[in-house]
Amino acid sequence: MVEHGDIRVVHRGGSKINSREPVVTNDSRFLLCASGERVKVFSTSTEECVHDLRGHTDLVTGVLLRPTNHLQVYSCSVDGTVRLWDFTDGILIKVQLDYCSVCVTCSWLMFDIVCMCVCAELFQLVAVHLPQSGDQLVEAQELSAVLSNVSSNPAATGFGRGVRAPPLRSPNAPPGAITYPKTDSPHLLTTQRKGGKNTLMCIACHPKDDCIATGHEDGKIRLWRNFNHKKEYTYTTLHWHHNAVSSLRFTPEGTNLLSGGLESVLVQWRYNQESERDFLPRLGSAITHIAVSPDGTLFCTSHSDNKITIIQSCVKVSAVIQGLVNGESVRTDLMVDPRSKSLVLNGKPGHLQFYSLQRDKLLYNLDIVQQEYIHELGLQQFEVVKVAFDAPGNWMATVEERKPKAAEPEINLKLWAFDEQTQSFVLNTTVSAPHEAQITSMCFSQAADGQTSMLVSASEDGHFKAWQLPRSAYEGPSWSCDFVGDYRGLAPQCCCFSADGSLLAVSFQEVVTVWSPASWELLTTLSQPPKAIRDLCFGRLGCSKYLMGTTASNLLCCWNLLTCSLEWSTSMDVSLLLSDPLTENMAAFCCQAESTDLFVFKPSEPRPVASLKAVCSGKVTRAVFAPREEMLESCEESSQWLNRSQLYFLTQHMLFIDDSVAMTPFYLLLGKHRKQENQDSLTRLSAELMPLPRGSLAIKELLQSPAHVLPSTSVLCSMFVESLLVSVADGSEESKHAEEEMESEKEEEDSEGEMESRTPRPEPASPGLQSAESAAPALTKAQLKELRRVKKLDHGWLADLLLS
Amino acid sequence: MASFKPTKIQVYPKLGEKVTQDTLYWKNYKAPVQIKEFGAITSIDFSPVAPHNFAVTAFTRIHIYGPFSQEPVKTLTRFKDTAYCGRFRSDGQLLVAGCEDSVVRLFDVSGKAALRMFRGHTKAVHVTDFTSDRYQILTGSDDYTCRLWDIPNATELNSYREHTDYVRCGVTSKLNRDLFITGSYDHTLKLFDARADKSVMTMDHGQPVESLLLYPSEGLLVSAGGRHVKVWDLLKGGQPLVSMKNHHKTVTCLCLSSNGQRLLSASLDRHVKVYNTTNYKVVHNFDYAASILSLALAPNDESIVAGMTNSILSIKHRKSPEESAEVSGQQRRTPSYRVFVKGKNYAPKQDDYLVSKPVKQHLAKYDKQLRTFNVSNSLDTALTWTRLRKPEITVAVIKELDRRGTLKNALAGRDEQWLARLLNFLIGNLVDPRFAAVLAPAAEMILDVYRRVVGQSPLVDRQLLRLQELLEREIDYQQDLLEVLGMLDTLFASSLPRLEVPHPGTSRCFYWASCNYTF
Repeated sequence: MVEHGDIRVVHRGGSKINSREPVVTNDSRFLLCASGERVKVFSTSTEECVHDLRGHTDLVTGVLLRPTNHLQVYSCSVDGTVRLWDFTDGILIKVQLDYCSVCVTCSWLMFDIVCMCVCAELFQLVAVHLPQSGDQLVEAQELSAVLSNVSSNPAATGFGRGVRAPPLRSPNAPPGAITYPKTDSPHLLTTQRKGGKNTLMCIACHPKDDCIATGHEDGKIRLWRNFNHKKEYTYTTLHWHHNAVSSLRFTPEGTNLLSGGLESVLVQWRYNQESERDFLPRLGSAITHIAVSPDGTLFCTSHSDNKITIIQSCVKVSAVIQGLVNGESVRTDLMVDPRSKSLVLNGKPGHLQFYSLQRDKLLYNLDIVQQEYIHELGLQQFEVVKVAFDAPGNWMATVEERKPKAAEPEINLKLWAFDEQTQSFVLNTTVSAPHEAQITSMCFSQAADGQTSMLVSASEDGHFKAWQLPRSAYEGPSWSCDFVGDYRGLAPQCCCFSADGSLLAVSFQEVVTVWSPASWELLTTLSQPPKAIRDLCFGRLGCSKYLMGTTASNLLCCWNLLTCSLEWSTSMDVSLLLSDPLTENMAAFCCQAESTDLFVFKPSEPRPVASLKAVCSGKVTRAVFAPREEMLESCEESSQWLNRSQLYFLTQHMLFIDDSVAMTPFYLLLGKHRKQENQDSLTRLSAELMPLPRGSLAIKELLQSPAHVLPSTSVLCSMFVESLLVSVADGSEESKHAEEEMESEKEEEDSEGEMESRTPRPEPASPGLQSAESAAPALTKAQLKELRRVKKLDHGWLADLLLS
Repeated sequence: MASFKPTKIQVYPKLGEKVTQDTLYWKNYKAPVQIKEFGAITSIDFSPVAPHNFAVTAFTRIHIYGPFSQEPVKTLTRFKDTAYCGRFRSDGQLLVAGCEDSVVRLFDVSGKAALRMFRGHTKAVHVTDFTSDRYQILTGSDDYTCRLWDIPNATELNSYREHTDYVRCGVTSKLNRDLFITGSYDHTLKLFDARADKSVMTMDHGQPVESLLLYPSEGLLVSAGGRHVKVWDLLKGGQPLVSMKNHHKTVTCLCLSSNGQRLLSASLDRHVKVYNTTNYKVVHNFDYAASILSLALAPNDESIVAGMTNSILSIKHRKSPEESAEVSGQQRRTPSYRVFVKGKNYAPKQDDYLVSKPVKQHLAKYDKQLRTFNVSNSLDTALTWTRLRKPEITVAVIKELDRRGTLKNALAGRDEQWLARLLNFLIGNLVDPRFAAVLAPAAEMILDVYRRVVGQSPLVDRQLLRLQELLEREIDYQQDLLEVLGMLDTLFASSLPRLEVPHPGTSRCFYWASCNYTF
């Protein structure tokens, strides 16, 4: 969006470093791994990220050392390119363009031939001869398909090292089969099928012997010998894993076989003495890949919790490189630890991770559940579902939950005190079964000066409870229940304290109840039927008399607590509402068809301070305002709200940040102009909707901007004239469109009397207009009235059309 | 490599008394010395002078015990019938005692025969005491009178006939030679002045008065009668100050700790309660084997002596500071600990090269077995903890096995003996609300696993029947409780003006999931 060039959405971090197996350099000093669109170079001794190789435009799918020059590395990506890097200096040496239309999903290297698994429609194994040329940009021509119909799992394809051992791979179907392409015609060898659960998961070739190890879904490892002699192979079975073997690797000398799986135990089998095994247990989480350094001194294991462990010869863990753990779902909200200013969210199972946003580095994991994690499929584990911090960061409350099959859920509420000595949180109180059902919401009282903290938890069992720290106690302070409240037997959904901690708002379906925490008196109830309240949020600072709420019926309401009445409301499908703790601003994420829009507003006024259309694709699941280390001095009205804090949000896949960069208004105007040229045809359809504001807008912009920043008059002229014209109605307008219009008209009439804000309805065909509209400065009341009048006129006219 | 996290043993809130300074003080006594007397012990009195011997009145004798002897140093036996109320004079030289035969006898502590015999009462004399000038004796009798006697002449000085029932208790003032207070079964306390012929103050206790106590300042009077202990302010004309009802049977005896900060009351309900004299709250509680008739504290609280209806005299001596320190010291002086701390206090010198040794994690046996996934063995180990009276550990291991999804494996395939042991444990702990949530699914699982073999072993069948009976009773009990809760909710709802605000006291703490078993 060009209009909002001053506010950018930046992908900040949290990319996976465990998607492909890491590569250890020949001297064992560096570890390379694919991380999102980059290749990261880590030091194996200090765990620090040394270089960040940037250049790919899509996910990096493979990293390979160049065999002829051990200081260079190839990387391939879904964008269809293979790049050659010097990883010690972090320089891009060469780009080799491959197919532009297909994605490279993984690659292997033999001499200077890159074999890659490409996917057009089917997965296919292709050998690419990389041309030797000095150019920066080379197009590879020599392509030869080796095999088609390959398994999409990269671990299920392996290469032999010997001169005579040709590439080996396994096809997708049938399960449990190994293809052995010695000659041009692939040869299928079907293994014995036992119970059908022996799908091949991974494969490894012995570097010297004629032996192949395959790992299966039933946890067995099969060692196939004499594979080069047709039909005369033998195999032995090794069984230790109780779940699927996810990775297999021989050591470079071929003396040991390493295997790993869900159990998070690295098993080292002696080659030829398979009864002797060494274990390295409790590596944290399921092993996804194993890599061995070329000299055999270091083993690296990638784990499912976005972690790479560096192990010295299967004896001890020497280093752990931990990325942002991005589990299946972040059940806790995103939180900012008030002390360390780090982001807090679910980490490893049963842990909370404290993640430094400034350095994109995991600070530490805090063990919440404090139980041995049992790595087993289908086992119900304790999960941290809620976290809350009090304002000074002295107390943290966590809720963990486990739902056993056919039994009541186990819930524990834990309160942690910050220990100055160890600079971390120490468990103070454990409340087992604080509620009889799932806890829906939890918040601390926000009184900043208050010595007495109060925690309120709301649960689906129809009660909300207040927990307090009693002043005088014999052996250390511990929390206890102070008050149990309910309202007509309804289940509370959200709870929220006002900025000074004097009011507590708890929503019970469509009713918001306001309580006084001092006397536990029900002060008032507010409601906005017909649907349940989804989010509640008190205003801050100057707007602390306002209570914001969103309902499931796409309504954003603002109540004034002094008059106990609805101040304004607007119809908008807000999926997430949050307030900035440092300013009065609030952010609302609106989820529309494919993308998410962001609106920033102050509760006192129903017009947005800033709005960003299509911030990202997909739904924004969590978001948080994080305070900046130093305040920015931005005078741009639309980006002022980011002066004191940054907005981070989490989509389904990655962590993003809204950041602001300085831009001249000159660029802004030119960019807008260009955009309008491109999308002229698209704006036409809905142009008659709001002819006047658009015209006045352009005039205003033209008149109010300083002359020296304006482009030449000839450029502006056509735009100006065009904006003054009332566009002709499209004769071919469909009746459906008219119906939509009527509906929206009705909605507006419903909310008449309250102040009307611009309603961001989905207008799929008019991104140009939308953007122009959102860039518009505030509409005055008079303009709004005018707009409404014009709309009503339109409506009658449309009805005529409909009748005819 | 992360280390194994041991099984978390849940710490349940202690339902018993909290550890306070008072509990520490009153628990710091040795195991009681118990001496069998000839009959119910009605009175114990400490000599005011060192070495603080005490006179124990039981049946027809008065035994005088030394502070540490377990044999009486002196026995006074010249009573025709049951003796009552042996009291020392403030110089510790003389002792007076009443008797069932209405004769009051005065003894020299060193002699055997009575020095004086005061005759005049017509019925049993239950109250005797010396006045503060040491020359007169106060007595109270079942003939409703109390009298003052002159010791040198052995003559009656005065007789007061104001009570209308037995006079069973009385105290003389330690500051004024003329003042004394008597309590009677006619529910009244009367303050007499020997200079006047009638009582100067009357207070109504409400129950037959059993015991009286004057504070050292003599501004406050404590009376015990029925289940009540009452405090009266004498300086305000006998205004009642506090009424305490902490016993559930008649309070028989009162005494004050040596610093005057704590009041002790003994009762027929076998308890001794210790009150704080500033707020009159119970701060500690002792239990005895039988109903207590008399109680006395040695000066400086060196020992607590209680006499009971089953004629047992219980003497508890205070632990000396060395002794109380020794208990913890002994544990620390075990050789294993000495080995453990060896070299720990060595401070490294500047050039020393420090070789760090990995800290070995100490795990309990069941944790070691859990680490190696030996689920059945760990359950076996956990069951042995029941012998050590630690059901928390067994429950924690069962919970852990349940979390791992292997509880069924651990329970299955056991023999009769083992199953009987486990069922025993369940019978003992299943209805404990702290453990019910964990043990109820486990019990269900046992029934699932062993359903086929029910009826083959009489031992197991008997226990299953007991378990069923227990559960049925518990379910009935829970139902009753829920009914009561419902009634209370109704009461609270009707008494509160605002319906929306429930009373904070109505949290449902009695509730636990009632489980229905089908056998």
